[in-house]
Amino acid sequence: MADLTSASPALPQADGQASGQDLSGLFRGTGEVQALKDPKSGRGIAVTSIPAFVAGEELADLAEADDRIVVLTADLAHANRTIDFAVRHPGRFFNVGVAEQNMMSIAAGMASAGLIPFVGTFASYAALLACEQVRTDCAYTGMPVRILAHHSGMSLGFYGTSHHSLEDLGIMRAIAELAVVCAADANQLRAILRASLGYGGPMYIRLGRGRDPQVYAEPPADFQIGRAIRLREGSDLAIIATGSEVHACLGAARGLAAAGISVRVIDMHTIHPLDRNEIVAAARETAAVLTVEEHNITGGLGSAVAETLADAGLATKFTRHGVPDEHVVLGPPAALYAHYRLDEAGIESVARQLLER
Amino acid sequence: MLLAGALDTGCSRRLPDGSAAGWPFLQRQKGIVMIGERERYQQRGDPERGRLIARLADRAMFIRLETVRLAEIPGAGHYTGTFSAAELIASLYYAEMRYRPDEPSWPARDRLVLSKGHAAIGLYPVLADVGFFDRELLDDYTRLGSAFGDHPDMRKIKGVDFSSGSLGHGLSVSVGMALAGRVTRTDYRTFCMVGDGELAEGQIWEAAMAAGHYRLGSLVCIVDRNYLSIDGATEDIMGVEPLTDKFASFRWSVQRIDGHDLDAILDAYDCLEPPGPGQPQVIIADTVKGRGVRRMEGDVGWHVGRLAGADYDEVIAELQGGLQPLTSGASDG
Repeated sequence: MADLTSASPALPQADGQASGQDLSGLFRGTGEVQALKDPKSGRGIAVTSIPAFVAGEELADLAEADDRIVVLTADLAHANRTIDFAVRHPGRFFNVGVAEQNMMSIAAGMASAGLIPFVGTFASYAALLACEQVRTDCAYTGMPVRILAHHSGMSLGFYGTSHHSLEDLGIMRAIAELAVVCAADANQLRAILRASLGYGGPMYIRLGRGRDPQVYAEPPADFQIGRAIRLREGSDLAIIATGSEVHACLGAARGLAAAGISVRVIDMHTIHPLDRNEIVAAARETAAVLTVEEHNITGGLGSAVAETLADAGLATKFTRHGVPDEHVVLGPPAALYAHYRLDEAGIESVARQLLER
Repeated sequence: MLLAGALDTGCSRRLPDGSAAGWPFLQRQKGIVMIGERERYQQRGDPERGRLIARLADRAMFIRLETVRLAEIPGAGHYTGTFSAAELIASLYYAEMRYRPDEPSWPARDRLVLSKGHAAIGLYPVLADVGFFDRELLDDYTRLGSAFGDHPDMRKIKGVDFSSGSLGHGLSVSVGMALAGRVTRTDYRTFCMVGDGELAEGQIWEAAMAAGHYRLGSLVCIVDRNYLSIDGATEDIMGVEPLTDKFASFRWSVQRIDGHDLDAILDAYDCLEPPGPGQPQVIIADTVKGRGVRRMEGDVGWHVGRLAGADYDEVIAELQGGLQPLTSGASDG
């Protein structure tokens, strides 16, 4: 057994389940194709709702009418489906090989000449390996580079810490003038990509692993960068979630509602700049605030909300829920979400603990 | 070994020897005196060329004088890495590059990415001199709220094509600019000036690989090969040679010249292939760090420095006397 810090829950017994690891685009093999399941609810999901899979297609559509769009990736064209863009716009697609820092600076150079580059790679490499290129070449210069940081959080499961990004929100939101936006599902990603064409500065767009279940029936027409979306009204508790955790939080809210607990659910898709009004309203209008993110509890959404509450002088029952301050244990994604209570049942139990405090 | 990419050029100024350790460095070690540049210019004979060369020499000296003047404002400056690049910067802006000072964002302009951003103190006076902005603005160099810092900021300074300062980024940015020129079907050139110490940054070689892969013939990298980085001789700290072979093996076409010889610099520009798909082109310019000020030439200690009091006046007077023949004895510091 792994040597765990006290912050981590005890490891569950091996359950013999299928891995649930997302190898789409990275894998060719034989055997039966498994039905896709949402690792946080266990329910089946439709292939059309896979966010990482729509980026290439959506950008290819947008590029029909906007010749500023170019797409770059670092040898992950299949994993992030930017190949769908490459097929339709081969002259505007650049696979730069396994060189993420180079890619980020190339994108900045392209942007300086009037293009809008979309750069796709694993979140861990976009935010950590190429962090300084993002800061200095994209943000400091105000270049309209759009970073598609996919397979964020611990969604690459047993690939381990090298492939996880549980620090990226903390790092990226500290960079001045860099918008940090998390997509909850495919339709929201489409809305983000459309909104990005009218946005002036650089953007870090955090995506899940490509299997996130549907939150929005269609791309929200009134989507605005920096404006949170209230998905559910309630007064006993406000859950502020982002990206890959929004869907699970809605499920948890339904479970709590069945027990008579009224829960507000807020999709805080933009971490920077932060919708402070919505946070203050949540603290004033509900009895407790819970933040939920697939991120280390240090530095990300929870920290941003805590700062806002403190700045506003608001004392309320409050819990930051995410991954504790440790390098996560090894396991397939579904097992990790259960282990860290980031699935529906886990979030519901964390919420109950908060309310019982 | 010299690779085909470096030899197959058909240009008289392309690399003569491919020696591994770099010739000026060795020459200085051996106490060899280089020929005075001005005398060699006069041997060329073409009066128009001679006038251009004289103007470039004058502007290179202007760069050095302004560098000394501006560095006195904060009391510290990157003198020597700017002096080594003075002829290279002057020849770009007064002879080679295509730009419009009254239209800094002209899409078809040639670009310079000053990847060795610490030489910005020598770039600002040129941008002012050619008309991008008023020269008086430089009087606030490095003062609170000024646009002009030790490293150039493209959002604040007209004529700066990209912000720099973090070494190793500029060649990648230049690759992006060159690719954008291809996407937008615009035939500008992208020049990128890198230092030699900077070549220890891995990203430089990621960019070099990409430029060769994409056949970015519109990309020109100029290496200010002054043989010194902050802590010592590059070949002692982290050896970068054989540079010619390195770039050639990354599928670049290579020229290697004396970076203070304006005739050689102009010849190198003349030998550039027209922008378009083809090998990216590198001009490895062998230079002397601190060139033009005897006490600084080849002296690693002057990477950042200050000239106070009488030293300031002495150096100004020395520079006003023009570039003197280089002697190895002067470079022991």
